[in-house]
Amino acid sequence: MTIAETAPRVARGQVRAERLAEDCLQRIRELNPTLNAFIAITADEALASARAADKEIAAGRCRGPLHGIPVSIKDLIDMAGMPTTAASKVRAGHRAAADATVTARLRDAGAVLVGKTNLHEFAFGTTSEDSAFGPARNPHDPARSPGGSSGGSAIAVATGMSLGTIGTDTGGSIRIPAAACGVVGLKPGWGEVSASGVVPLSRQLDHVGPLAQSVTDAWLQYDVIRTDRGPSPSAIEAASVRELRLGVPSTYFFDRLDAHVDDAVRRSIETLRRAGAAAGDVDIPHACDIPPVYLHLSCGEIAAYHARTLQSRPQDYAPNVRLRLEMASYALAEDHARAVRGKAVITREIDAALDGVDALVLPGLAIPAPPIGAATMPVKGGPESVRTLMLRCTQPFNVTGHPAIVLPCGKTPEGLPIALQLVGHRGRTPALLRVALAVERAIADAA
Amino acid sequence: MTVAEWLAMATADAERRGLPDLVPVLNGLAQATEALRAADWNDDASAETPVDVVEAR
Repeated sequence: MTIAETAPRVARGQVRAERLAEDCLQRIRELNPTLNAFIAITADEALASARAADKEIAAGRCRGPLHGIPVSIKDLIDMAGMPTTAASKVRAGHRAAADATVTARLRDAGAVLVGKTNLHEFAFGTTSEDSAFGPARNPHDPARSPGGSSGGSAIAVATGMSLGTIGTDTGGSIRIPAAACGVVGLKPGWGEVSASGVVPLSRQLDHVGPLAQSVTDAWLQYDVIRTDRGPSPSAIEAASVRELRLGVPSTYFFDRLDAHVDDAVRRSIETLRRAGAAAGDVDIPHACDIPPVYLHLSCGEIAAYHARTLQSRPQDYAPNVRLRLEMASYALAEDHARAVRGKAVITREIDAALDGVDALVLPGLAIPAPPIGAATMPVKGGPESVRTLMLRCTQPFNVTGHPAIVLPCGKTPEGLPIALQLVGHRGRTPALLRVALAVERAIADAA
Repeated sequence: MTVAEWLAMATADAERRGLPDLVPVLNGLAQATEALRAADWNDDASAETPVDVVEAR
């Protein structure tokens, strides 16, 4: 059941918000012991706000498409009166004094907040394994990672524990779990959604955005949380697939893929061509330099934020997270300067690749969801570290701030989801969503 | 400071602090730093004056 299907029925009083909240809370009770998607469940508050939403509908007031819709938020985002744990013992005792801007936006839109979702500790990882509350687990195979860091959020919408959810993305932390769990994940352009009240990883790379069951549902959430929106909800219409012009960055992003991912993504691009879209190769000459640029851009901010607690209570971090935080403190300022220069170069190259096309089309995630605990995975060219593979297709657009969205495009023979990624022009996220809607429909029509 | 000199200092510091598990992570950072320093956008004080780089943001 999607938000787009449910919202008109709530608005007409055909479905009660209280019933929706009860259904989601029941799913959480049934599935969370296995999947560990939620750190906190706000059942009483959710039911109270659902009843208030129903009263408003009965009085003839509907706040918009999220009115009465159960939504979860990543436990990196402040919800007034609740701890923001960041999945870490380091945050023990914290209680948020106020809502984050994005939380307040959801409440104002009438959303019913059902709980706070699990994540990789401090969002500093791609698997959601290192959490003080235990690992989150993939709903398609609980022995596998749901991706991360917004792993609990992806599980929540994939299983109907909430109809919408908000995550954060510093190197792919919305798109990676969305891809691994078979849902849609939108990283808006940098700065489009306020990060105020969100625990930072690296503010220059952090993005806040929705995960959803469909592109339309991602739009409905994005339209509520974006800073620069009009006074009332806006509609979205699909672009014409016959008029789409797509750029395929055929090197780097396709060089180190799982064979099933490679096959599914190429077949999806061929499907779009058969539907009338033009898809030609484009080049991003310095794409292979993105990982070191990303690393050196982020090290200083990460080290600064964690310096005090890393000194005073290092034992409260998960061992793997602690080691990477310690590493960040050794980076040199001169290399940060080189990374800043590289960021400008790569941003110009991606802008150039987008010149004359509506979007770039590429894999969302190089591998299917890895087994929990796996250090490496096999890909074309030989085994590679899971962390490197998870970040490979997503982190470039955190460096440059381009909007990007992943959506399902197939499954492996084992039934694990595979995702396509679309990258749009800076400052034009709504246009990217229109392209994504057309692509989603074309892939569904061909299935 | 060269990457090799930096790595030697960082490794010695990690070992002094009783963090041997940090050494392989530092080796990874060293490899990334080598790659970053080899990129063709880096300036050379003895070469052409840099043209303006328009920052992305």
